Amino acid sequence: MSASSARVDAPALFHYVLRLGDLALVLGQRLGEWVGHSPALEEDLGLANIALDMIGQARLLLTYAGEVEARGRGEDDLAFLREHGDYLNAILAEQPNGDFGHTIVRQVLIDAFQLELYERMTASADERLAAIAAKSVKEVRYHLRYSSGWLVRLGDGTEESHQRAQAAVDALWPYTVELFAEDELDRSMADQGIAPRLADVKVAWDRRLDAILAEATLKRPADRPHSWHGKRGQHSEHLGYILAEMQHLQRTYPGARW
Amino acid sequence: MSTFPMNTPMQDKRQWPLYEIFVRARGGLDHKHVGSLHAADATMAIEHARDLYTRRQEGISIWVVASKDITASDPAETDSLFEPARDKIYRHPTFYEIPDEVKTL
Repeated sequence: MSASSARVDAPALFHYVLRLGDLALVLGQRLGEWVGHSPALEEDLGLANIALDMIGQARLLLTYAGEVEARGRGEDDLAFLREHGDYLNAILAEQPNGDFGHTIVRQVLIDAFQLELYERMTASADERLAAIAAKSVKEVRYHLRYSSGWLVRLGDGTEESHQRAQAAVDALWPYTVELFAEDELDRSMADQGIAPRLADVKVAWDRRLDAILAEATLKRPADRPHSWHGKRGQHSEHLGYILAEMQHLQRTYPGARW
Repeated sequence: MSTFPMNTPMQDKRQWPLYEIFVRARGGLDHKHVGSLHAADATMAIEHARDLYTRRQEGISIWVVASKDITASDPAETDSLFEPARDKIYRHPTFYEIPDEVKTL
């Protein structure tokens, strides 16, 4: 545990780190579903690389969360042995892959969020989070380059690819609001200098998304209020299917290693 | 002498064009051909090459060249192109006496 986390409220920090770690874990698991099914061999490897980066970030974050919690739970316990309502990822991450366009749009939205968040978190008062952010930000910068490059190709491509990309943006946009909905936990982390202000992240994210969507000739939907709270453990049914697949092995053979 | 643009028979409208990938392993070394891949354009070829050929820290720089832009020598002319060099071993600098003091040559 880093020196600074001893001073802060450990349960609060634990939950905040889970939000970050679960976002990476669930998105990594989702992207992994593409392996063997991508439109081209090259994309199979591209998506799998991003999936592995996500799992790598999740490992760092969940390991740290386990240390902050100090109840002897490690990365595997947190990844594989929690229940549906214990996961604190924003529900955008658990949305189904859909067609390639859906996957790319979901990726752009989350990549841009992680990039703006991690860039600021490299200056976190929590040394461990600052170090994880510094490592992750390089990966995420590449992810956004990949995903936004594809979104521009699809949006500014054929009539059909444009129409499908716009449909994906329209379908997934409502879930972005939750990423920036600041609650008491987000506010307290920002007050302590552990996390950036979500309002600042949002301004930078907006600017980035506006530029990408304009280049992709796609329309930005209006923000609407939302009534789900994945960050508080209220998930869509999609997460249940993800967990069933992801946790199956550890639940069937507890403690299995390979 | 006839020459052959590479992969002309493989060009298929439904498939992305082929790119040849060159990776520089370290500063000071030259870019080495490592393989080929399909991509919609050169930018995408760089990204694919990054994922396919540098995922185990193989390189610090990537060049991509459309395979169709590479002109290759005709395999049928191997004899006339390369055979004449075979009996000119004096072109190898192996007949010089190297002074003992010269360590690296």
